[in-house]
Amino acid sequence: MVLVAVGGYAAYLIVILGRAGSTPLPEVSYVPPLLWTIGGGIVAAIVLNIAVAIFSPDGVGKTDQRDREIGRFGEYAGNSLVVIGGLAALVMAMAELDHFWIANAIYLAFVLSAILGSVAKIFAYHCGFQSS
Amino acid sequence: MKSTRVTNAIRSLRFAHGEMTQAELADRIGVTRQTIIAIEQGRYSPSLEMAFQIARVFKVPLDKVFQYPDGEGEKR
Repeated sequence: MVLVAVGGYAAYLIVILGRAGSTPLPEVSYVPPLLWTIGGGIVAAIVLNIAVAIFSPDGVGKTDQRDREIGRFGEYAGNSLVVIGGLAALVMAMAELDHFWIANAIYLAFVLSAILGSVAKIFAYHCGFQSS
Repeated sequence: MKSTRVTNAIRSLRFAHGEMTQAELADRIGVTRQTIIAIEQGRYSPSLEMAFQIARVFKVPLDKVFQYPDGEGEKR
């Protein structure tokens, strides 16, 4: 999931910066690439999940209570950045910044949330996880 | 990550029960082998229900499988 999120964001940045050239960033047409990378990321994540479930050996994709608890822990950790992104967007809207910056702040928060969530899950798997 | 004070005797109980493998125990209680490894190493505290399931596999009371040090974490 984190690879899909980071890969999509990297592709988005390449497209946007490629389009920018000498024009100011807020004037770049960002909406189509943004929608395509978010939509593509959702589709890629679903396809990857299905592929892993089909092609992994027996028992490898099996999950249990611990996996679910660690999954929830990762989501919880990642959600903090979505909230921060939402607050940042709120402040930017009140400051009447360009839509470009507001949309990009929210998108960046989504990506960082996916990264933090995945890092938290990896940390929990390696270093231990105690249900509260 | 806060580590648990709960210790367990799963490893010795497995060997006392015909050298049961971690995979066998995992199958018996319906979890992954990684979860059994994490519990044995104290990296994961199972739910009460899972703890009872483990004790039932070994046919022993819960406190023969999991132990908690005396006098720690008690509020008077």
